[in-house]
Amino acid sequence: MANLPDYHWPPMGKRRVMGKPMNRLDGIAKSSGAAKYNSDVKPEGMLFGALLTSPHAHAKVKAIDTSAAQKLNGVEAVRVVANPGTEVQWAGAEIAFVAARTEEIANDAIRLIKVDYEVLPHLVSEEDLSKTGNRARAVGEQVTGDPEKAFKEADAVSEGHYGIPVLTHCCLEPHGQTIAVKGDHIEYFPSTQNVYGIATDIGRALNIPVSNVHVHMDYMGGGFGSKFPADVWGVEAAKMSQSSGGKPVKMFLDRATELSIAGNRPSIFANVKTAAKRDGTITAWESQTWSTGGIGGGNVNGQLFPYVFNKVPNRRVNHTAVSVNAGGARAWRAPIHPQVCFVTCSALEDLAAKLNMDPLEMFVKNLNYTARADLYKFQFDKAAELMEWKKNWHPRGDSGSGPVKRGLGLALGTWGGAGHFSTCKTTIHPDASVEVELATQDLGTGSRTMVAMIAAETFGLPVSAIKVKIGDNSYPNSGGSGGSTTSGGITSSTRKSSMNALQKLFEVVAQSLNVTADELEAVDGRIRVKGNPDRGMSFQQAAQKLGVNSISEMGENNPRQAPQEGLNTGGTGGVQMADVSVDTETGIVKMNRIVAVQDCGLVVNPKTAESQVFGACIMSVCGALYEERIMDQQTGRVLNPDMEFYKLAGIGDIGEIIVHMDIREENDRRGVIGLGEPCAIGGLAAIANAVANAIGVRVPRVPLTPARVLAALERRTA
Amino acid sequence: MSFKQDPEKHKKPKSNFSRRGFLQGVGISSGALTTGILETQAEAQTGAKVEGPGEVPITLEINGKPVRVNVEPRTTLLDTLRHRLELTAAKRVCDRGTCGACTVIIDGKVMYSCSVLAIDAQGRQIQTLEGLSQNGRPHAVSQAFTNNDAQQCGYCTPGFVMAAKGFLDRNPNPTYAEVKQGLGGNLCRCGTYMGVRKAVLEAAQAMKGAQNG
Repeated sequence: MANLPDYHWPPMGKRRVMGKPMNRLDGIAKSSGAAKYNSDVKPEGMLFGALLTSPHAHAKVKAIDTSAAQKLNGVEAVRVVANPGTEVQWAGAEIAFVAARTEEIANDAIRLIKVDYEVLPHLVSEEDLSKTGNRARAVGEQVTGDPEKAFKEADAVSEGHYGIPVLTHCCLEPHGQTIAVKGDHIEYFPSTQNVYGIATDIGRALNIPVSNVHVHMDYMGGGFGSKFPADVWGVEAAKMSQSSGGKPVKMFLDRATELSIAGNRPSIFANVKTAAKRDGTITAWESQTWSTGGIGGGNVNGQLFPYVFNKVPNRRVNHTAVSVNAGGARAWRAPIHPQVCFVTCSALEDLAAKLNMDPLEMFVKNLNYTARADLYKFQFDKAAELMEWKKNWHPRGDSGSGPVKRGLGLALGTWGGAGHFSTCKTTIHPDASVEVELATQDLGTGSRTMVAMIAAETFGLPVSAIKVKIGDNSYPNSGGSGGSTTSGGITSSTRKSSMNALQKLFEVVAQSLNVTADELEAVDGRIRVKGNPDRGMSFQQAAQKLGVNSISEMGENNPRQAPQEGLNTGGTGGVQMADVSVDTETGIVKMNRIVAVQDCGLVVNPKTAESQVFGACIMSVCGALYEERIMDQQTGRVLNPDMEFYKLAGIGDIGEIIVHMDIREENDRRGVIGLGEPCAIGGLAAIANAVANAIGVRVPRVPLTPARVLAALERRTA
Repeated sequence: MSFKQDPEKHKKPKSNFSRRGFLQGVGISSGALTTGILETQAEAQTGAKVEGPGEVPITLEINGKPVRVNVEPRTTLLDTLRHRLELTAAKRVCDRGTCGACTVIIDGKVMYSCSVLAIDAQGRQIQTLEGLSQNGRPHAVSQAFTNNDAQQCGYCTPGFVMAAKGFLDRNPNPTYAEVKQGLGGNLCRCGTYMGVRKAVLEAAQAMKGAQNG
């Protein structure tokens, strides 16, 4: 018997597929309109669902009358989820669902439902902590060292207030699904980040064995952390399918509901005091923060302060969670990191300004407070070179006499991203076709392409020879896509299942080449003897030796063993710099440039990796300049649940973006690390810092709208 | 190409446009004026036949072919494409003329299909993304979007591709600055704009090559 295969990644210089920029496999399907998302599927006899939501932020349902809706011609199911007595806690909460022959009829039926509410008092704003009353809950204080003494002895102390509002995920494909429940079988077409796990969720809710739940999802239109559970709309659509005799029901949220209840990123507001020595060494950090993520309040792990520099010796950290009557938070690309990064990097930039010091110099000086001093030093140097920081930076506010002021800012981020649990099956057929199957999902990150690249590398075949099958829970269990754990998980399980299959093929072929299996290698479409490349056969000929049998082998990434195996790991860093121009007469901030230097260990596909970082920088522009969920204090509703006033950056709003993937041997050796979240952290803070540098005053709240910029300028001159 | 006609030529709808259906659709009738007055005035002005409120048969010219379909007068072209004709490349995202995910080309003009009533699209040449591929070969714009990774989740991509196609038809030699201006009517959440900029410039070159060849 041969030994276990050597699963290690081939050395950097010897890779033929991995590490080479590659077009995503489903690129043409998406750009030609052939890709069918689950919001596009229309199984025979499909009914259209619609949802009635609460117009009140806090109310008790006194009575509900669905009789007129039920009588409407074309309506096939009506379900009430908020029965009399139910207390709804936010505007947009689900009241009743309808399924009808057409969407128009379903919407008409929704309008015929009469609900009598007893309206109760609500709180929807947490910005002013003093007005939150008993809705605020202190979650405790952490103290390290002796902050009082450190502040007393400091050469410089800086104080500031910073705030970042609730953002919504604003997935372009809304949350929802098409679902058919026939007897005890479910055909389920959700838009999800959790192809495998969501089957358990819906099965439990309907008391149907998970083994009878079939999840299909080839494409999904954005999740960003918000699409894991089956949700009320999934369960209710399933029940309407049941009650209509198994007809499929399509129930996707409309835009207003999507932006009101389908997840959001918690806010954070902070009062921060920092201290440093004259040479820029940070000596103390004190922060009082509060935030909300809906009715449950908003929790922040205090250990994260000060962000990345969390070995600062003297710290006092306080946090208060505020419960408000608004839709609940969900994981949002690097949960809480962008907020904590913004508060920290803003406060430290203010501290540097107080010392009249270049913040780049101060950040670098304090890198021994971080877990990765060498990595960040390299990245800051690289970013500074790309940004021409030394040439372009000026002390705060010292930006000429004209009305348009230019400034630079910087920030840094960190994330885990170790691979999740993933199993994979690789099959070699006698005709030499190769299939890789696993129940993962491609959110647009390029995971489908990555799987093909790993298998192609392993078999010495072109990527086009690999058939990747994902997006179906009948394939082997692979984790949900959260926490940037997918890349590590699926590349490792694919590597192992493919190596295991290849080993079996080697064993079949070895005899005819008169060698042992471990003397063979798969290179350039051939199975050949190591060190004797002429002795071998084509992959095709080797596969033919299987006769009528295929080889199918499993591979598993188990997070507990992964650190020893070295295929994937967690822990990564990145830095961002921003260059902005601010018109001090209009308050308009214009992006000139963003530079991002990002590490994610071994980069499988530099093309899609770069796209992830571009996207994260653009999301940072959105958060820094445009995005904000605005609550109406009177009605308690979201005032801007649409895309005119819940603003995203357009193609002309983002300036130029320079991405440098930090691909180096020493990073590569750590194996594959997820990228989606780490790159989405620092951009916002870098932009906010650049604006402060440009106009000479901190704009405390993002998004940095013209009104806020002008108000900050006015306070400076007042 | 057939759809590239003088936009002015089709300015007046040939359809049996129903003012009542339109008004019901957008909810204007709930204002201070009564529906009756508005209808009377509308019909007096246009002489249009009143259709609906139930489903009416219409014929649409989609990707060069006549397609018969029954729709309610209030139904948008987007919903008709997606729900009745299974042409699902155009996506419903904002559903109110902001994001461009539903972009189609009507009589050579880039339009948001969420903001056009199906009955008002009669007699006009409608081109959807499905009609761009020829003999199974992707259009140069689609290919350029793939080459430049101008897509992540891909949900905004069909709208972007159609907007880019319409933009390049009007402006076959765009500068980088013109691309940024010309594609401003479409929004992406994943943040694919850097790729889109490059893709549009590459497509411009490819389309010129195709014309010369």
